[in-house]
Amino acid sequence: MDTKDFLTELVDTPGISGYEESISLKVSSVFERYCDEVRTDAFYNVYGKMTDQIGEGMPKVMLAAHIDEIGLMVKEVCEDGFLRFVSVGGVDQRILPGLEVIVHGKESLLGIIGAKPPHLQIGDEAKKALEMKDMAIDVGFSGEKIKGLINVGDPITFKSPLTTLNGTIVCGKALDDRAGAAILLETMKQLKELRFEAEVYFVATVQEELGTRGAIISAFRVMPDIGIAIDVTHGDMPDASKEETFSMDKGPVIAIGPNMHPGLTKKLMDIAKEHSIEYLVEVEAGPTGTDARAIQISRSGVPTVLIQLPLKYMHTTVETINIETVKKAGMLLARFISSMKEGWREWMNY
Amino acid sequence: MKELLKKLVLCYGPAGNEEVIRDCIKEEIKDYVDEVKVDVLGNLIAVKRGGGKKVMLAAHMDQIGFMVTYIDEKGFIRFSRVGGIFVQNSINSKVVFKDGLVGVVSYESEIEDIKDVKLDKMYIDIGTKSREETEKLVKIGDVAVYANGFAESNGRYISQAMDDRAGCVLLIETAKRLKSSPHEVYFVFTVQEELGVRGAKTSAYALDPHVGIAVDVTLTGDTPKSKPMAVKMGEGPAIKVKDVLIMAHPKVKELMITRAREAGVPYQMEILEAGGTDAGAIHLTRKGIPSGVLSIPTRYVHSDCEMVDASDMENGVKLLLKILEEEIEF
Amino acid sequence: MDELLKRLTEAHGVSGDEGEIREILKSEAANLADEVSIDRMGNLVAFKKGTKSGKKIMLCAHMDEVGLIIHNIADNGILKFSTVGSIDPRVLISKKVRIGKKKQYGILGLKAIHLQEPDERKTVVKTKQLYIDIGAKSKDEALKLVNLGDYAAFDTEYLPFGQGRIKGKALDDRLGCSVLLNALKCRYPFDLYACFTTQEEVGIRGAGVAAFNIKPSMALIVEGTTCSDVPGVDEHMRSTRLGKGPAITVMDATSYSNKDMVNKIIETAIKENIPYQMKQSAAGGNDAGAIHISGEGIKTAVVSVPCRYIHSPNSVADMNDYYSTSRLVEAFLKGCE
Repeated sequence: MDTKDFLTELVDTPGISGYEESISLKVSSVFERYCDEVRTDAFYNVYGKMTDQIGEGMPKVMLAAHIDEIGLMVKEVCEDGFLRFVSVGGVDQRILPGLEVIVHGKESLLGIIGAKPPHLQIGDEAKKALEMKDMAIDVGFSGEKIKGLINVGDPITFKSPLTTLNGTIVCGKALDDRAGAAILLETMKQLKELRFEAEVYFVATVQEELGTRGAIISAFRVMPDIGIAIDVTHGDMPDASKEETFSMDKGPVIAIGPNMHPGLTKKLMDIAKEHSIEYLVEVEAGPTGTDARAIQISRSGVPTVLIQLPLKYMHTTVETINIETVKKAGMLLARFISSMKEGWREWMNY
Repeated sequence: MKELLKKLVLCYGPAGNEEVIRDCIKEEIKDYVDEVKVDVLGNLIAVKRGGGKKVMLAAHMDQIGFMVTYIDEKGFIRFSRVGGIFVQNSINSKVVFKDGLVGVVSYESEIEDIKDVKLDKMYIDIGTKSREETEKLVKIGDVAVYANGFAESNGRYISQAMDDRAGCVLLIETAKRLKSSPHEVYFVFTVQEELGVRGAKTSAYALDPHVGIAVDVTLTGDTPKSKPMAVKMGEGPAIKVKDVLIMAHPKVKELMITRAREAGVPYQMEILEAGGTDAGAIHLTRKGIPSGVLSIPTRYVHSDCEMVDASDMENGVKLLLKILEEEIEF
Repeated sequence: MDELLKRLTEAHGVSGDEGEIREILKSEAANLADEVSIDRMGNLVAFKKGTKSGKKIMLCAHMDEVGLIIHNIADNGILKFSTVGSIDPRVLISKKVRIGKKKQYGILGLKAIHLQEPDERKTVVKTKQLYIDIGAKSKDEALKLVNLGDYAAFDTEYLPFGQGRIKGKALDDRLGCSVLLNALKCRYPFDLYACFTTQEEVGIRGAGVAAFNIKPSMALIVEGTTCSDVPGVDEHMRSTRLGKGPAITVMDATSYSNKDMVNKIIETAIKENIPYQMKQSAAGGNDAGAIHISGEGIKTAVVSVPCRYIHSPNSVADMNDYYSTSRLVEAFLKGCE
């Protein structure tokens, strides 16, 4: 399946943290085209298993990318039909005024987060950021009609389909981390063309945005020997410092620091160099805000690497990535897995 | 239920020191279950054996408290918080130690603005005149709890420790009234919830249940100019949608709603923007355990005058019974 | 001067980069234990079989220390860094660090006072604004000396000073590690697992893995804890006091010590005439936080050597406190069946 098509479908499928049933089904159905076996657990984590040659003592590898997205949730259905809401995951309230959303109740309804026009603002109002507690969603229904259709707790997603800006630069909501799921697919496609000796689990995790919750329980279930977490990092934005952001066209970003196994990470970089795959390096001083955080300390510990896609404007509805980088990351990971032969344990010695 | 609730809230049991409340609960529940045991951290686990799926109900035994850290020359006691003790709730309140010793909490009154009062500027006064006198009565590490007593007003109950002795009462009443269930039901009275849902982690790991339901208090939005919140006292137990530690599993949430409707029990949906419960620990145990929370709407949480509604509690028991009496489809 | 303490405290071992200290501890422990192994988080575990029972007791101290990690090399050869573990940026100004395997010197400079506005001196510098100068003029020159991701530790010499006191870096928790080595000199009725854990300072990450592997029935954690018996601190805020013996924890930020263990430790101290104090604050976390909630639960208690100025280039401890802590730990273990 074409990567851009996959991404388009993923971005259009709802799945806020804790409510991933739909996105889980979508991912599962695509994984089935490439994996030997696909399973889903009670929390909607998807596990796609791939094997090729069977070697004794071959490693069990777990790749993880999260499929949940940040969004909103109905907190109150007002008498007049307006909806009050809370955020699910880290939502910057400044992106909300004027946004289109979809409220998933008994039916899915289009909603607008209202914004007061400048003409009606008094004095200093315009100088302050609007707060979420003062905002409301207008679904165009009266209080009576909406009763029963929408309830407290109903999930709300942003409406922002995948849009091509220029060449391979695309934007949309939830690319954090559906782009990571696309890297899983790329890796599967590339791995199908290579020989490898490993039991590989492609895990689409849930509830990462609430604290890597899906990764905690899926790593416990899989019990991998090697962990590969796939997430996004900051692409260079005009209003952020160069120190904290990465170029959009120099390849994926490999992380180093206490959360990543140094020997394993070095091996990943060696493979990149061997196959002339460009990459950048990000230094993370503590447990990262990704599934790697949970995987590394699961049960007896799992040596883990973290690979990230530069993404601009994270946690907005206009998250921007370079599809080329998705493909490069997939190539790198497939070659990495394919290079795991006898003696792979030595990569993890201290 | 009122008498049981009164007994439990007057029982001593700050986090890390649950021995007394544990014995109290054990006495109340042992005749209604098949086995009672205590684990390494002190969780009390009572089981009603059965075939079918393992269901874990959890209510925490521990309450918040004040731990002695220092005794000054005049005999005043400095303390650290054990769980969520807030300055505004503790100024000039009465507290009691395990052996019944009573004290008053206050602060260094040279501070003019209440906003500047922090816990390290506060102390407990047990009425002694010197360090030696105090040292005969308390030592570093002793913990005091709120001691306001129990009262009733218009069908509502008021006291310290409704969080979560009210939950414990619901579990005990349920065990008493449960006639039959297709499941194996574990009534777990956890320790150290107030310190970070610690007891729930290890008890869930040991049991590895099919589903977990925590029973705890939640806030309300029905007092004058309160922070907006949909939950109101007297409108039935609340079914948790989300809090800081958990997104209630959709299937558990649906199960609770369905059973509430079948049992004719009023219920409300709850989103708690600050706070978490034992379910937060249970659901992330091992390979993941679908979990939810049955919440008791409570006003003035973490003060010495927490208020609950008698009908909410009765309806809470009815809902728990219905859930346990029927099959669980997932 | 205690040569071993000198080697232990001067060795590098910032969280995630514990190689050097691990090697030293491994060779020391190998002479004392029956078996020494390293797990997947890099924890070093020294096992000593018991004479009587197969009961498992875990003794724990963390090998890692707080430090810095280089996250950017500027075009002008200046290095930018992040702190690894919790470090107050104010203690970094005007200090020296050693970077990477080659222990390249780096200095945390600050604009000269002459060039500052009067109120500049009153502002708190943020970690983001600080930088390390290694004497390189360009990025290329810098890359000959250090790499992106290199860890830096304080450049601190271990020295005895004052009356029976010592100063050095990483007393939290190399003193604890040394106590573990001392304990390994004896054999006990039960199976002893002396664990030197990794990454405690960045979120207690090694200990949980060690506990999962060992599944002990009980664990005693030996730490270097805050001691603030210094001017400007109210009596009741001093947490522990230097010279008053090992500090026993009732409750801290990450665990509530098992009461039976605490009582036994106190009884042991009284019986053996070892001075001790109760830790007077509930602040600070340590490996017990991860161990006690591992699996079905593990009984834990924490005993600490009081250290002034932890998480800074120069910490201070009292040698008597260190010896007493060691004696207390051994006596407690001997009393366990």
